[in-house]
Amino acid sequence: MSLLTAEIASAGYGRATVLHDVDLEVPAEGRLAVLGANGAGKTTVLRTLSGLTRVEGSIRLDGRELVGLSPYRIAAAGIAHVPQGRGTFGDLTVRENLLVGGATRPSRAARAEADRWMERFPRLGERAARPASGLSGGEQQLLAIARALMSAPRLLLLDEPSLGLAPKITAELFATLDVLCRETGTAMLLVEQNAQAALGIAEQAVVIESGQITLRGPAAELRDDDEVRRAYLGV
Amino acid sequence: MLLQQLADGIATGAIYSALALAIVLVFRASRTLNFAQGEFALLGAYVSWQLVVWGLPVWAALPVSMALLAVLSAASERALIRPLARRHQALPLIIVTLGLMIAINAVIGWAWTYQTKEVPALFGGGAVDLGGVAVSRQDIGIVLTVLVVAVVLGVLFEFTRWGLRMRAAVSAPESAELSGISTGRTMTMGWAIAGAVGALAGTLIAPELFLHPGMMAPVLIYAFAAATLGGLDSPVGALIGGLAVGVVENLAGSYLPHGSDFKQVVALVIIVVVLLVRPQGILGRREVVRV
Repeated sequence: MSLLTAEIASAGYGRATVLHDVDLEVPAEGRLAVLGANGAGKTTVLRTLSGLTRVEGSIRLDGRELVGLSPYRIAAAGIAHVPQGRGTFGDLTVRENLLVGGATRPSRAARAEADRWMERFPRLGERAARPASGLSGGEQQLLAIARALMSAPRLLLLDEPSLGLAPKITAELFATLDVLCRETGTAMLLVEQNAQAALGIAEQAVVIESGQITLRGPAAELRDDDEVRRAYLGV
Repeated sequence: MLLQQLADGIATGAIYSALALAIVLVFRASRTLNFAQGEFALLGAYVSWQLVVWGLPVWAALPVSMALLAVLSAASERALIRPLARRHQALPLIIVTLGLMIAINAVIGWAWTYQTKEVPALFGGGAVDLGGVAVSRQDIGIVLTVLVVAVVLGVLFEFTRWGLRMRAAVSAPESAELSGISTGRTMTMGWAIAGAVGALAGTLIAPELFLHPGMMAPVLIYAFAAATLGGLDSPVGALIGGLAVGVVENLAGSYLPHGSDFKQVVALVIIVVVLLVRPQGILGRREVVRV
């Protein structure tokens, strides 16, 4: 059985419907990339999974229905979401940002886990007591990922982690992500404009256009697909 | 003479600080100004008075009044504010608090009549000589009580998990929610604390002003001036702003011609000048004003 099974009949905001018939599956420890142009509805997919949109359909994590739950309950159920723009708590310190990520865990475990992350990423450790707004873009993205993993989630949702980062930083970030998710056994659902980077890390991928899935398959196959190459890989 | 004025100003200022703190806590929780904050404080003062009349010592009455007002304030957030806040209607929200202000005032008048009542001082009568300045026991008690409450809240916010959740929910509400924090719950908590702090302010100032349904209206104006001066989203700013407004009000009352007749104008002048010169206040965040 898949870790995540989403059958989204429709989803949107207020009266506007953005997604139609979007079905997604992520196996335990699996990795799915969602590709698409600006405004195709990629972000809405993630926001729907986190309970931030009006949705019709069914979203199950380990068999548990999530539709109708508040976002904070979905987070507690095991979905961590790194939103677009990273969602940093700018006026809290780096350490406090990590502790907020561990809000659903017992406080001693959260403190120990925060210390482990700061040891692992010395750039965060050095700035433990400083406001997180002072970090560079790449550091903030790293902090956002560490913050999300603080909750020991089953599934990590990432919304355009490469946005605003230099190519070299993006490559480093994806390498780190790869290692972290493998180590912790966390499944990943990644939304990206940078199809190259996304297909490099994902196992499966879907392409979304105007709120509908137009193509799906193993990441390696999509990388060779002429349509995808032309539209999203720029070759 | 000047030192005496300063001492008096600090004592009334501490009350403004407490009420401004309540206003700031609500603003941080719901991004709205609670015009009913003064009436919540007034209701707290009446509850304290009633309990004293029924035979409770004033020191026992105060915590009961604070607890009751915490519940009432939280309940009004859930029933009146939350349904509108969900739809992002900032202006209707303010109007609802204005309506609530009038409603609470009417209920108070109905329940306790419009006659002035005398409230026993919490800290006994008499004055203490502090280096040539005579300061009443009540004033010293007020300042110390507000200080203790400020320190307790400061420790709660800065050093507890619960405080971190509250600050995270204020800093980036959606991110907090995605981290498993119920922002609805932190919002209600903000209103509850504001209700309790307001009841404290009302009970502390009632012996000075005599208890009647119009008592808190001028105090609320000073508290808004204090919150504006300190920065609407800064609890520390509220405390500093309250003291500053108290001192300025007292000095203006004594040293300006006709100052005591136009004391209230001081609040208006402070609000307008701050909004023109430094809209975010002394310690407020700039974004708040842009929103």
